[in-house]
Amino acid sequence: MIGDWLDIGSVDQITPGTARTLPVVGFDEIAVFRTQKNEFYALVNKCPHKQGPLSQGIVHDNMVTCPLHNWNISLKTGEALGEDKGCVPTIPMKVDAGRMYLLRSAVVGKRAA
Amino acid sequence: MRSGGFFVLRVLPRITKLNAPSTLMDKDNTAAVKERLVVIGNGMAGCRAVEEILARDPARFDVTIFGAEPRVNYNRIMLSPVLAGEKAFEDIVINGDDWYADNAITLVSGDPIVSIDRATQTVLAKSGRVEPYDRLLIATGSDPFIIPVPGKDLAGVVTFRDLDDVDKMLTAAEKGGSAVVIGGGLLGLEAAHGLSLRGMKVTVVHLMPTLMERQLDEAAGYLLKTELERRGQTIVTGGDTAEIVGRDGHVSAVRLKDGRTFDADIVVMAVGIRPGTTLAKSAGIEVERGIVVDDHMVTSDPAIMAVGECVQHRGACYGLVAPLWDMCRALADAACESPSGYEGSVTSTKLKVSGIDLFSAGDFSGGDGAEDIVMRDAARGVYKRVVVKDNRLVGAVLYGDTADGSWYFDLLKKGEDISDIREALIFGQAFASGGALLDPNAAVAALSDDAEICGCNGVSKGKVIETINAGACSLDAVRSTCKASASCGSCTGLVESLLALTLGGEVQSGPKTMCKCTSFSHDDVRRLIGEKSLRSIPQAMQELHWTTPDGCSSCRPALNYYLLCAWPGEYEDDQKSRFVNERLHANIQKDGTYSVVPRMWGGLTNPRELRAIADVVEKFNAPMVKVTGGQRLDIFGIKKEDLPAVWADLNAAGMVSGHAYGKSLRTVKTCVGSEWCRFGTQDSTGLGVKLERMTWGSWMPHKFKIAVSGCPRNCAEATIKDFGVVCVDSGYELHVGGNGGIKVRATDLLCKVATEAETMDVCAAFIQLYREQAHYLERTAPWIERVGLDHVKAGLFDDADSVKRLAARFRYSQTFCQDDPWAERVAGKDADLHQHLAEVRPLSITEYAQ
Ligand code: SRM
Ligand SMILES: Cc1cc2nc3c(=O)[nH]c(=O)nc-3n(C[C@H](O)[C@H](O)[C@H](O)COP(=O)(O)OP(=O)(O)OC[C@H]3O[C@@H](n4cnc5c(N)ncnc54)[C@H](O)[C@@H]3O)c2cc1C
Ligand code: SF4
Ligand code: FES
Repeated sequence: MIGDWLDIGSVDQITPGTARTLPVVGFDEIAVFRTQKNEFYALVNKCPHKQGPLSQGIVHDNMVTCPLHNWNISLKTGEALGEDKGCVPTIPMKVDAGRMYLLRSAVVGKRAA
Repeated sequence: MRSGGFFVLRVLPRITKLNAPSTLMDKDNTAAVKERLVVIGNGMAGCRAVEEILARDPARFDVTIFGAEPRVNYNRIMLSPVLAGEKAFEDIVINGDDWYADNAITLVSGDPIVSIDRATQTVLAKSGRVEPYDRLLIATGSDPFIIPVPGKDLAGVVTFRDLDDVDKMLTAAEKGGSAVVIGGGLLGLEAAHGLSLRGMKVTVVHLMPTLMERQLDEAAGYLLKTELERRGQTIVTGGDTAEIVGRDGHVSAVRLKDGRTFDADIVVMAVGIRPGTTLAKSAGIEVERGIVVDDHMVTSDPAIMAVGECVQHRGACYGLVAPLWDMCRALADAACESPSGYEGSVTSTKLKVSGIDLFSAGDFSGGDGAEDIVMRDAARGVYKRVVVKDNRLVGAVLYGDTADGSWYFDLLKKGEDISDIREALIFGQAFASGGALLDPNAAVAALSDDAEICGCNGVSKGKVIETINAGACSLDAVRSTCKASASCGSCTGLVESLLALTLGGEVQSGPKTMCKCTSFSHDDVRRLIGEKSLRSIPQAMQELHWTTPDGCSSCRPALNYYLLCAWPGEYEDDQKSRFVNERLHANIQKDGTYSVVPRMWGGLTNPRELRAIADVVEKFNAPMVKVTGGQRLDIFGIKKEDLPAVWADLNAAGMVSGHAYGKSLRTVKTCVGSEWCRFGTQDSTGLGVKLERMTWGSWMPHKFKIAVSGCPRNCAEATIKDFGVVCVDSGYELHVGGNGGIKVRATDLLCKVATEAETMDVCAAFIQLYREQAHYLERTAPWIERVGLDHVKAGLFDDADSVKRLAARFRYSQTFCQDDPWAERVAGKDADLHQHLAEVRPLSITEYAQ
């Protein structure tokens, strides 16, 4: 039985204010973020600028600073903030009873280059 | 009224028309005679009115100011920070002696006026001095209200209005013990905060069920109460004082009507203020609650004006500074014959208690047709409520996150239709203005010209821009010219945005704030971490009024470093505040893989190390290995999951992390030196290894490179390193502040020493001085350019023991740093940084593809 939501583990696998990676075989890797206020977000782990791994950036409020050239990316919308232009796909995510779920249909995104 | 052709008699005008000429000119003699303006009250409004007049027409009046307080004009609202120990009196002086002198103002301080004689147009001071006036300005402020309970006159009962009151509180606080503050409004809470910081056990007794009920609704009042209780204050709401109990003529306790009694070595009465109208009343001027004035701040006697907290204008009396700036402008306009008229003010309130962000404006009592929009974020302790009526914003209460306060206040004052942004209104300007407007400059650009930027000094956006256009190109210049951000500093970010907007790239840097999240400079933050004993990033952000919930990618690493440097061995490093390279102990590459550089002490290596590196390269299919410019080998293309395994293999061959990624000691370059070289004077290789062993692993403001050359031919390029040693026959020349990077800078010669041991000590001391003083991300070269070589020399050598002390501090902090970070990871520490959360293997691609 396949539900709409994919269980990707318990919330305490991610320290608040950090992210972890979720490779999808054959497709783009996903970065799963947990903010300091305990909001959870999932984004394709590729900066819209030059594909920097967003999961490795510093998380503050509900954005992440890309480790390669310091673009700030909104975790909510995937959009680059400030002067920079670009957007990374987001994956709908929910937390229920301490487990994290991704919207199954969105997990498989673009085939990895 | 004129006599003869040669002089002019002073007119004693019964001014009927405001724009009547106030100076008479003798037809034959062009010398003008100034009118005599006498000001009663050397406070905020009185002096500001004079400033405004001088700005319009410096030659118009002969000014005499009487002040009851024996001192110059100061910023009364800053008494709270003085009480809390955050400012000294000198910091809050608005106009010092030189201002009075420069403007030929006679200041009669410590001599209150006791009566006004309107018939002769004179005032009488307590000392007996009689001063005639043509125009009189009453600016007597207000008097603290004393509740008429038994014991109110006991010694130890104080109010909170002027510097003498603060002195009394400080004297009491020195002895410690308990304080009871009666009144949980703005003043009372600021007094309580100060006394509690000064070490007293503080109880606040408030009559109403909600703290600051005039500014806060119940929810915000509750959050405030909880926070103050968490900080150790006892908050009694609904507490009605029955009596102040005394012992030997001095207060000892406060008893409430319900019988509860609280010990008190001092009682601060902060229940409210009353306009200071006594003088005006006895002079027969019209007085209701305050001295009644018209829109030009003129009283019922046309020769007498009044301004500030003592007045009542269109039925309203004010207890905040913002309205009096408006009043003073209108007053000066009228006194200088271009009357504009004051129409009353809408006020907003902020509480000046560090770490508590609270903002309130307008009417939030709700009422007919008013709608509330509320947002709470319990985890962040944020509560926001805006009140909308007829599609206009009429009130706002913000607790915990007040970043949007000035925007709401602006909307409120302008009374604009907000239907378009209604949905997003509560989320603040960034959202309401259409999505990702996170650029603070854009937010400030969107403010209207009359939006208030500096609440403490009543400076509008238009005024700041005018100041900048008139040539103030730095924060300091703006501060000294129009006073914006010169008081509490909370609007520094706004002023900086205005500088950036107005001047583009031409802003001259003053003491720059650390980042957009704070109004403090790097130096302030470092100092306050020590003074306030701040021990964690959240605590520092809380106590230093960070304007963002958890900082940004530039202040977090800086704070982490400052705390680490301040509290070696105590502070626990915050991994999530570190840039990825320092978190993963490897350099991130453009493709998201990492490079690994093991340490090769002094550039020396051996077969075992080389073999281990060769094996790693093969085993992990590293696409490249390269000799670096720092005399060691760099292995490229390692995945973050493989890093621990790579390190395990390198560790096994005795190698540790080279910190090629860190704001820390990088390499110590050496040359072959006396051991092999025909010119070598000392063992440069050996000394390099010793220096590297001493300094590796330390965290610094920026990367730090050392080199040791065996003779002045300088093959190790020691004169472009942060610390360079050039060996000579007679000893060692020690160089500092070199940089071979973006901007090449040759070193300065620091000193010459005779032995290796001295070299080691000076090196350790220099590094520690740099660690303790430089700004985060400032290398030694720009640091020395900023502070000057003499400053560095003084810090090291002025006192014979400095080198020893600094070196000892460095060595102490090194005892906590010289564990190989790679070994820890190999042993399993922070494994989650390397491992994937999970892996998804789609069953069949078609099943999911859309
Ligand atoms: C690997 C190496 C180049 C090489 O292949 O030789 C290198 C590589 C990098 N340098 Fe360098 N620098 C290397 C020696 C140097 C040198 C030469 C030296 O140390 O003698 C200099 C000039 C000397 C100096 O620092 O004064 C140098 C001046 C810089 C600068 C400019 C620093 C400055 O203050 O102006 C940067 C940029 C920065 O730090 O902000 C930089 C930054 C970088 C970074 C870290 C860029 C980055 O942030 O990703 C490069 C990392 C590449 C990687 O992924 O490994 N690198 N870099 C050298 C490593 C030395 C080592 O063993 O640790
Ligand atoms: C501790 C504290 C904190 C405050 N914090 C804030 C704040 O954060 N924000 C805000 O907007 N407002 C704040 N206020 C209120 C603000 O300080 C007042 O609104 C402002 O000072 C009023 O200015 P003023 O000139 O009318 O009165 P004052 O500044 O009080 O000046 C009146 C002066 O007249 C003198 N005087 C009185 N009678 C005579 C006489 N007969 N002869 C000669 N001199 C006389 C007094 O000694 C006094 O120096 C605070 C007030 C206090 C006490
Ligand atoms: S000079 Fe340094 S920073 Fe520039 S490309 Fe080469 S290694 Fe990278
Ligand atoms: S790749 Fe993210 S900022 Fe350049």
